Amino acid sequence: MIPAPFDYVAAESTTHALDLLGSLGEDAKLLAGGHSLLPMMKLRLAAPSVLVDIGRLTELTGIRAEGDEIVIGAATPHAMLATSELVRADAPLLAHSAGRVGDPQIRHRGTIGGSLAHADPAADLPMALVALGGSVDVLGRDGTRRVAAGDFFTGFFETSLEPDELIAAVRVPRRPGAGWGYQKFVRRANDWAIVGVAAIDGRIALANMGPTPLRARAAEQALAGGASVADAAELAAEGTEPGEDVHADRDYRRHLARVLVRRALEQRT
Amino acid sequence: MSILGTRVLRTEDPRFLTSGGVYTEDVVDERLAGACHVFFARSPVAHARIQAIDVSAARSAPGVIAVFTGADLSDLPLIKPGPMFNRQMTRPILATDKVRFVGDPVAIVVTEQPYQGEDAVELVDVDYEPLPAVIDFEDAVSDQVLLYEEAGTNVTASFGDASALDEHLFDECEVVTTRTILNQRVAPAPMETRAAAAAWGEDGRVTAWIPNQGAQGTRGGLARLLGLGPEQVHIITPDVGGAFGAKFGADPEHALVAWVARRLGRPARWTETRYENLVAMTHGRAQQQTVTIGGKRDGTVLAYRLEIIQDAGAHVRIGAMLPFLTMLMTPGPYKIPRAESVARSVVTTTTPIGAYRGAGRPEASAALERAIDLFAAEIGADPADVRRRNLLPPFTEPHRTKFGALYDTGDYAAALDKVLAAAGYDELRQEQAERRARGDTLALGIGLASYVEITGMGDGEESPPQENATVEVHPDGTATILTGTSPHGQGHATAWAMLASEELGIPVDKITLKWGDTDLIPEGGGTGGSRSLQHGGSAVRQAAQELIEVARERAAGELEANPADLRFDVERSAFEVAGDPDASVPLASLASGERLLVRTVFTAPGATFPFGSHVAVVEVDTETGKVVLRRMVTVDDAGFVLNPLLAEGQRHGGIAQGAAQAFVEEVVYDGDGNPLTASFADYPFLSATEVPSFELADMQTLTSYNPLGVKGIGEAGSIGATPAVQNAVIDALAHLGVRHIDLPASPQRVWQAIQAARENA
Amino acid sequence: MQVELTVNGQQRSDEVEPRLLLVHYLREVCGLRAANVGCDTTSCGACTVLLNGTSVKSCTVLAVQASGQQVTTAEGLAADDGLHPVQAAFRQEHGLQCGFCTPGMVMAAVGLLSENPDPTEAEVREGLEGNFCRCTGYHNIVRAVLAAAKAARDEQAEVGA
Repeated sequence: MIPAPFDYVAAESTTHALDLLGSLGEDAKLLAGGHSLLPMMKLRLAAPSVLVDIGRLTELTGIRAEGDEIVIGAATPHAMLATSELVRADAPLLAHSAGRVGDPQIRHRGTIGGSLAHADPAADLPMALVALGGSVDVLGRDGTRRVAAGDFFTGFFETSLEPDELIAAVRVPRRPGAGWGYQKFVRRANDWAIVGVAAIDGRIALANMGPTPLRARAAEQALAGGASVADAAELAAEGTEPGEDVHADRDYRRHLARVLVRRALEQRT
Repeated sequence: MSILGTRVLRTEDPRFLTSGGVYTEDVVDERLAGACHVFFARSPVAHARIQAIDVSAARSAPGVIAVFTGADLSDLPLIKPGPMFNRQMTRPILATDKVRFVGDPVAIVVTEQPYQGEDAVELVDVDYEPLPAVIDFEDAVSDQVLLYEEAGTNVTASFGDASALDEHLFDECEVVTTRTILNQRVAPAPMETRAAAAAWGEDGRVTAWIPNQGAQGTRGGLARLLGLGPEQVHIITPDVGGAFGAKFGADPEHALVAWVARRLGRPARWTETRYENLVAMTHGRAQQQTVTIGGKRDGTVLAYRLEIIQDAGAHVRIGAMLPFLTMLMTPGPYKIPRAESVARSVVTTTTPIGAYRGAGRPEASAALERAIDLFAAEIGADPADVRRRNLLPPFTEPHRTKFGALYDTGDYAAALDKVLAAAGYDELRQEQAERRARGDTLALGIGLASYVEITGMGDGEESPPQENATVEVHPDGTATILTGTSPHGQGHATAWAMLASEELGIPVDKITLKWGDTDLIPEGGGTGGSRSLQHGGSAVRQAAQELIEVARERAAGELEANPADLRFDVERSAFEVAGDPDASVPLASLASGERLLVRTVFTAPGATFPFGSHVAVVEVDTETGKVVLRRMVTVDDAGFVLNPLLAEGQRHGGIAQGAAQAFVEEVVYDGDGNPLTASFADYPFLSATEVPSFELADMQTLTSYNPLGVKGIGEAGSIGATPAVQNAVIDALAHLGVRHIDLPASPQRVWQAIQAARENA
Repeated sequence: MQVELTVNGQQRSDEVEPRLLLVHYLREVCGLRAANVGCDTTSCGACTVLLNGTSVKSCTVLAVQASGQQVTTAEGLAADDGLHPVQAAFRQEHGLQCGFCTPGMVMAAVGLLSENPDPTEAEVREGLEGNFCRCTGYHNIVRAVLAAAKAARDEQAEVGA
């Protein structure tokens, strides 16, 4: 299947991209790797009339250390993130998460900005960012505002991005040596997680247990209060609203959350 | 040195690897110049009356040449089921009054360019009056909601006599157990979807390029759908990207592409999307089975009953008759004294069911092997011991079962013992015991399946199985073979060349195979039911041998010798006077004047029965229900192995599909008949990470039914693998009290079975 | 829109609509039909080609996105009339049957080996999780990739010696 017709503009700079978004309104969508947007358009679940291509903007690609943070350009492909020595050393959970997205071909094209903007609650990177306590640099015509991961995802495939804003960069704290765990439960290799868990120190984030990535706060609080990993994990599903689909009903998802949170916590060594 | 039995690399491969195969969508032919593009608007609802179809918006979309609905097709005959089915279940080629499944085509949109068609199809506006969907077996059988009102029922066929079932069948059994189990619906999903290209000639004939499993059958099917005589139809078969049983004959869409081409007076082409393929190409399996098995505590099985409800889907197609084959194989490889089976096929508001790798026989083995394991669990016996005790003893003279199957040769216990040894069965049981003693949450399961299956069937006693071949030697030393088979990945170009090379002394890479063009090869049985080597290959060998005899006469003339004094030296590909090597004439030179070719028909005495045993080793994560397939060890005995490379490839492919059905793949509908697995993102198509490398053991029990001693290998792997893997998963959890898990053993299903067993404990 | 791509080493300039998928550009505009469309959801990988040397699913790249870049297809892998070592390995190991997934599978394998020249069997299987095959059960495809990897390492060793 192929997308409905649209116009295409290659942005020459982020300023140019913002100007276009401002003038074209909600009918325009940004295109970077296109591996969240184009699949939707091919199924005709999305039909923007203009695509603004920011995939070639070098200012949006790249990974660097900045003080106690790693700053990742929004158009950085997952493969680059997964193999970055800096990220693997100082935020290995993020590198691992990027290395689990889809398959190798998808990782060569899909970008962190695209994945976060798409805000699929079953996806890897939104969950990882919430676990890490990272943030998103949102660029608008008035400048940059920083949005914490926990505030960025507002609903099912919804973020706090305005139609005339773009994600410029993603920031995660540098925590070399922090214990982390990652669990992605799938039926088949390159599926989205039926349930996913990312844990680092005492923070636990869940994928596909609600309309956005969720923190397993009851489990976190129990852990902070001295509970064992096993006991804390029993609370993993509290406060979640899992959906039902061909792979799993609600009960099974809740059960998986408990098991996978326990395993992710045990992985933190 | 005989080439038979050696690993000859495929002559087909270089072009597939470099420029790629030429599939129907790739075909470039002057007859198709200026072709228009055909698209189908399809029903988004499972069951509804069509109140109105408004095509005005579609008609005026960019690039649209025409839009047609069923009302435009009144010149085409109704599609009627065959005589064994309820003949009131007729339907028009394009839905007019009713739609009966999501994906049922309702309109045709024709455009100049392909991209325009996808846009225009969305604009076809159909007013549906929804009717209740009929999805599950019990609903269908209840006849509360009928798909075909005139039929008065949803049952399209019955096999066997339900009223004649013997209520005393299990009287002498010390132990009896019964269960209703599911052999789930799966999608054949070949990598190449369906397609067609058609062009009419000035002579009033249509040439159609269609991916198929037998051009001659496709010609007949297309002709029937269009109300034409077969002589008016010319089928050309491009490369075919997989079929697995779902590309036999002709589908309505193929015929409609031809109809559009005639109506518009220009060539027409169509390629379906993967969505269309997953909802409108026929599905496979979909049987509900009630198995009842009984016997003695010492493990002797005394009685077995199999009751089947076959989901036929919305239209009566091949699937509706498959229970006939399932019932034929009811007792499998066992000597069960009393066995009976009965079946009904019912229509439901879902995709029609067709043939899928094994076509009725995997269903028989899956039911029987599940029953054997249920019985073993009931008496607390090792499933290998129960099988060994009940397998038919080896036979070399044909053995007729009470179900009418005549097994040609078989040594089922040897296959079982061989696979158990190859798998290290005792060590596996030991490891399983150790894990259980430790309380490992990762449970080890070992599953067995012994099977026998029927390949190379004819069309009944009146028409025994046969195939034709033509072999021709050319003056330049090359040769051409024409075959009635229809390869789509099996490697006939190489295998048939090997057979001819063996007789003619011409190298394999100088021999060309042709197939699939009905003007060139008007008769043929195609490729399916694992028939090709035993019939088609035998015909090639026979034709080559007969050609040598024709050539011998010519050589005798050339050499002025008595034909009886001539010897054909295969190494030199030449005739020589016995004892005088200098008096010789090359085979190819005998083709310089009159053409040197022979057409022959090989007729087999009947179907053959390959058999085998599989051992599957799985690990089940008892905390999540996730199954990992660690090992598949198999014996698949199909007689003589002509080319081990090709035979292994067929076994691998079959094993993978069989395993996929056991624990990965399923087609799912919601209660309203909406397909929930209509894309490769949702349909859990098996990927490389779900299966290990397979361990194949070699066993060759020849048949006497053809000079090569070959049976059919193509489907055997899938028949053994599904029950072996299913049994392995259940075996892994037996210590927790789990006795059965329906196919597929998906994580949720496995976890729910563990929960249920824990609650019962 | 005007796009300029280098396809198998040849520079081209073509007028295309923005929504033209790279796979259709290669098949219909360039006449390179080895890459196939096997699905609608970026799942099956039959369309895999190399874009600037890395494997991508050309059904999910717009031709306009690839403008100014280099594309390599299965047709462009081998020099002259021979077979690229990965193609040769697929033949040697019977890693193809119907051939529909094969060009994409080969390109994915080339991409995999360029990033991981000495993969384990598990890494090969994971590396090919984006490429579906219905015919082979993957067994011989995995053998082919491992054989190609070994052949490349042996050749390196010889060259180095």
